[in-house]
Amino acid sequence: MTRTPRIRRMPRWAAALAAGAGLTVAIAGCSSGSAGPDQAAGYTAPDKDLTAEITYAFWDATQQDAIEANIAGFNKEYPNITVNLDVTPWEGYWTKVQTQATSNTLPDLFWLNGPNFQLYASNGKVEPITSEIDAGAIDPANYPESLVDLYNLDGTQYGVPKDFDTIGLWFNKKIFEEAGVDTPTADWKWADLTAAAQTISDKLADKGIYGVAAGMDGQTTYYNTIFQAGGDVVSADGTTSGYDSAEDRAGLSFWSDLIASGASPSIPQLTDAPADQWFTSGKVAMFYGGSWARSAIADSEVKDDVDVAPLPAGEQQATVIHGVSNVVAANSTNKQAAQALQVYLASKEAQTEQGDLGAIIPAFNGTQAAFAESYPGVDLQVFLDATAYAKPLPVSKNSAAWNAVEAKLLPDVFSGATDVDSATTDLATQMTALLAKE
Amino acid sequence: MLSRFRPAAPGGARLSARALRDGAEAHARRRDGLWPWLFVLPLLAGIGLFYLWPILQTFYFSFTEWGVFGGSTWTGVDNYVRLVSDPDLYSALGNTVLYTAIVLLGIPLAVWLASLLNTPGLRFASFYRVLFFLPYIAMPTAIAMVWRIIFNGDFGILNFLLSLLGIDGPYWVSTPGIAIVAVAIVGLWSSLGFSMIVLGAGLKNISPEYYEAAELDGASPWRQFVSITVPLLAPSIFFVTIITVISSFQLFDLLYAILGSQNPILPKSFSLVYLFYQAGFVTNEKGYAAAIAMVIFLLIGLVTLLQFRLQKKWVSVD
Repeated sequence: MTRTPRIRRMPRWAAALAAGAGLTVAIAGCSSGSAGPDQAAGYTAPDKDLTAEITYAFWDATQQDAIEANIAGFNKEYPNITVNLDVTPWEGYWTKVQTQATSNTLPDLFWLNGPNFQLYASNGKVEPITSEIDAGAIDPANYPESLVDLYNLDGTQYGVPKDFDTIGLWFNKKIFEEAGVDTPTADWKWADLTAAAQTISDKLADKGIYGVAAGMDGQTTYYNTIFQAGGDVVSADGTTSGYDSAEDRAGLSFWSDLIASGASPSIPQLTDAPADQWFTSGKVAMFYGGSWARSAIADSEVKDDVDVAPLPAGEQQATVIHGVSNVVAANSTNKQAAQALQVYLASKEAQTEQGDLGAIIPAFNGTQAAFAESYPGVDLQVFLDATAYAKPLPVSKNSAAWNAVEAKLLPDVFSGATDVDSATTDLATQMTALLAKE
Repeated sequence: MLSRFRPAAPGGARLSARALRDGAEAHARRRDGLWPWLFVLPLLAGIGLFYLWPILQTFYFSFTEWGVFGGSTWTGVDNYVRLVSDPDLYSALGNTVLYTAIVLLGIPLAVWLASLLNTPGLRFASFYRVLFFLPYIAMPTAIAMVWRIIFNGDFGILNFLLSLLGIDGPYWVSTPGIAIVAVAIVGLWSSLGFSMIVLGAGLKNISPEYYEAAELDGASPWRQFVSITVPLLAPSIFFVTIITVISSFQLFDLLYAILGSQNPILPKSFSLVYLFYQAGFVTNEKGYAAAIAMVIFLLIGLVTLLQFRLQKKWVSVD
């Protein structure tokens, strides 16, 4: 985890004025300005000898090797386009990109994720890919449909996914054996998980081992169970919160019940060490983890004892799917070169290479075989099959605003400090009000 | 007799010399015209551009609703009305005051430690000074990482040590109310070095003659500490107090790094500056964030002003 601290040290002079002023500098650093997308440009593949220099920004340094390989392939086609890579760790990425967008200095091509996409698209900060689709350079049918929809706003397509991730039930076979419990199968329902987790927690209590690790993160835990219960976080038209529905409450109670019964470590315990750490140190038998957890687990001490199963079904089977997209800045001065790179990175060739080299699942249909075979003995195919019933990560135009309300109210639900009904009523009211403001 | 008389004479002489000098300065000012201003212009321009102008802008934007990517609409006092009725403001204020109060406890400790270090003939004095100053120059993030491990509820060394005493330690960084105390402990520990250096310099300015005289009169070390060291150190203590209060009111990085941005109790442990950061950079309400920044600005100004008023009662500069 990389964090970006602010420096707190004071200068020697104790002037109150100067002290207060330090705070205001940050906020005034962003001046106003607006820009709309350049509608005129229709996409045509550039000349092979086009000379340009463009910047490509992303946050995941572990993918840098695969991206450099992609760029090398791109440069075989366009030898005179120089691509500068700009890697900013996750914690600082959004602050940086937001500032760049405000001052119209966005990198020519950059990563955007679901929760932030609508914010940038609705403010005209990213270029639609309509012309590339019209020119036949990108075909949205080649990517998982639910993810393509994630990057569509009001009927306009702004990008296609470069990769995707789904959630699965990672489990530790050795702990199951020790507790004498049958390992999870594809037919598991919620009750099967609850019963198994309870038995393991009871039997192995003296070793400090728990059955399942709850989590406080929507994407890996409670969004999945809400979907499985038949609920919705944001309504289809993006105007109301679903949190006060009986289905959503069932999806949340699933976790608070597991914590209350001791089948899962408590919220304070899960704060000191997050769910994935409990799992990789062999202290929980199961956890809801993304396909991205593969590399961390394959490096841990439990690497030979694990396997993965589909998430247990509630009323229905469901998992959250999410993926990053490459988008072109509306203000790019080298739009043709940036779009050429966008097209190349969306190609089957580039995505296959990503899958072979990176820790990710490429989004282009039929290029995922390398991922499925990348962890012998572990059934990673589960994550690919999950696309059949996957639902996209819930987002809206200003997802961050209601994500903050979730982060504020839901921990008390999971810890049992407040009851599900009153907390979700409060959450739904606040969230619907925020959605109305968008 | 002599020692009693001595301070008065130079004092009187100083006063008259000063009056003379002031007159000369006033005369010089009239003659110099714009020249002095020209020399301070580079500094003034920097302060104006990077401090005063942003303050004015922030003040203006606190009356607007600011779009995520710029562009603002005038909303009058809406932000302030919302802020006054926002329970988060009061909990953030409470947390900030609690943090400041705990960190201020470090000042008496620093006075005591500084006077110990100032003991004549102390061996390894420089070594101890370095030891106490190290936390101050260490990266706050690095400090936070280490303390987070120390504070771990199940496997941390702090709770292990407490368990030896038969105390069942809490989950330091994940229990509401306790987390801010945990952060304050780190804040106190890391500011100790700076306070000690300033106070140590103040101690060096106290003439040893006072102690010699007190010793002759048979005063105990404790009595000397209370009646000589503390009153004569008052200007330094005042300075350190102001600095500590101001920097404590700006609590952000330690909180952010020790608790972690995913911590479920973080929203209950917000400091004022964290509240500002959350509004400005997480939930994209920059107009509201500007209003919070103005409140912090005013609060720090008021508290500092209050301290300058109160100092007349306890700080004697002669």
